[in-house]
Amino acid sequence: MSDYLVQFNNISKFFGKVIALKDVTMKLRKGEIMCLLGDNGAGKSTLIKTLAGVHKPDEGEIIFEGEKIIFDSPKDALDIGIATVYQDLALVPLMSVTRNFFMGREPLKGPPFLKTFDVEKANKIAAERMGQIGIDVRDPSQAVGTMSGGERQCLAISRAIYFGAKVLVLDEPTSALGVHQASVVLKYIVKAASQGLAVILITHNVHHAYPVGNSFTVLNRGKSLGTYEKKDISREKLLSMMAGGEELDKLEVELKEMNRISS
Amino acid sequence: MFTKSKSIKNKTDFNQDERLKKVSNLKILLNRPELGALGGAILVFIFFGIVAGDTGMFSAYGILNFLDVSANLGIIAIAAAMLMIGGEFDLSIGSMIGFAGICIAIPAIYWGWPLWMSIIFAFSMAVLVGYFNGILVVRTGLPSFIVTLAMLFILRGATLALTRLITGRTQVPGLRVLIENDPIAWIFATDSFKWVFTWLGSMNLIALRTDGTPLATGIPPSVIWFIALAILTTWILMKTRYGNWIFASGGDKNGANNVGVPVGRVKISLFIGTAVAATIFATIQVLDAGSADTMRGTLKELEAIAAAVVGGCLLTGGYGSAIGAAFGAIIFGTVSMGIFYTDVDTDWFKVFLGAMMLIAVIFNNYIRRKVTESK
Repeated sequence: MSDYLVQFNNISKFFGKVIALKDVTMKLRKGEIMCLLGDNGAGKSTLIKTLAGVHKPDEGEIIFEGEKIIFDSPKDALDIGIATVYQDLALVPLMSVTRNFFMGREPLKGPPFLKTFDVEKANKIAAERMGQIGIDVRDPSQAVGTMSGGERQCLAISRAIYFGAKVLVLDEPTSALGVHQASVVLKYIVKAASQGLAVILITHNVHHAYPVGNSFTVLNRGKSLGTYEKKDISREKLLSMMAGGEELDKLEVELKEMNRISS
Repeated sequence: MFTKSKSIKNKTDFNQDERLKKVSNLKILLNRPELGALGGAILVFIFFGIVAGDTGMFSAYGILNFLDVSANLGIIAIAAAMLMIGGEFDLSIGSMIGFAGICIAIPAIYWGWPLWMSIIFAFSMAVLVGYFNGILVVRTGLPSFIVTLAMLFILRGATLALTRLITGRTQVPGLRVLIENDPIAWIFATDSFKWVFTWLGSMNLIALRTDGTPLATGIPPSVIWFIALAILTTWILMKTRYGNWIFASGGDKNGANNVGVPVGRVKISLFIGTAVAATIFATIQVLDAGSADTMRGTLKELEAIAAAVVGGCLLTGGYGSAIGAAFGAIIFGTVSMGIFYTDVDTDWFKVFLGAMMLIAVIFNNYIRRKVTESK
């Protein structure tokens, strides 16, 4: 039973009278990619922030490696290995690849009290890590601003993995990318999972989620519409669930009606 | 953790090699923030070398003269640059200079404190003012421009009011006699390398006074402080963790916070830095003049920011260099002194200062676009 790496059980979050999340349950094994799907306003952002330790859930529990845990701050979540890569990626375009990669966690060298930023070591690791994911950084001191969107996304993910992430929460990693770049990022996410990470991929793009996901949780108006294994659900079914299937069906009927009248 | 596996070794995903342009070393150099200021400084020296080469501007005495002016400005410009890289402004630098001067002079003259104690008192007040500026900006999230503009008026007003209240006037003279034998004051008041100048004088290589002593007696303390601070801050920016945090805090406050950079603490420490630099400036000037003036340092904050901008700092933060600000200060100091050696009316200096800054901002903006341009 407890072969799950992390479980979020019946998570609820209220803001005053507003029910932002209600009884959302997600379970992940190592090496699994769970896609969290939802339209705008479905409660994705609130859920991410709850996973990342920014919000405390009002109800429900988080169980990590078999133990119940409570996050007091984003740092707590990070410390046990739940790393969140936000849409803004926490990258500074004007700073170099290396300086971004080690931002806040710079390797040091030298005697106590006179420790300096070990730039050579940092450059080496950054170039090596980027090389592993197929990004040839000719000069690790080049500004991140010169990289493409996909490269930046991969840099942010690679950084989270390097610093010991076990659960990777990715917020819309492909939303700002073109087809080619998105596929590269998705490929990298699959690779990361195959190395033993659990990945929560948050997206509203079913076409990006369906090929890579092992299971899918659909969020609508703060409630989970259920979690499905890939074999149990089709892409079309997911799409219609996300959009609130009934509404689309209704729209279809109405359109047909309009066509009939005009023709 | 990742281990290398075969599947992640293919490097063809992003970089279609034929689409990569070669980047020459020259272009890498052009991307350094201080390049513009370095070029500007060289141009200024060439200009005055041609226009005023035979006027005594480049005699030992003349050089020390414009270096002294540059160094004084440079001390506060470097601190202002550090703060700007960290994403904030400090408009209260000038007022802090006046306030620090009074903090030294009144205890020393009116309360009978030893000079060293007054100097330590002034630096403690600087730390307090800087901390207050910083905590206000960090806690309220208000633009530092507004917060420190308020501090500009508050500090200058308090300096004037308190001085008049305690002394009945706006200037406090009489400090010179206290410098001798003071255990701390010499750090801010002694010319260095006097023996070099004595030797140069004895060899008749530099101009002498009528009594045979050299006209230029030694390297003024401002220049030593200036060089030391330029080296220290450049080392901090390039080689320390704190330096990386400064860039990160200015580049993207939220991003930096998300990856664990203590942005608030970094910014507060930088505000303390500008206030302390203003106090170094004030101490050197007060001990040199032997008196404190409540209006000392007026408009210096703008000159410091101008020098930092000429030195390559972006107004939006996250980019710039301390050494660039140092060159910016050298440009302004050299021109402000050099203009006396030419036939040009000194009124034109401000025009030059403004034009220089405008060119620098346009140039910096262009560089920033280059640096952040996506492929």
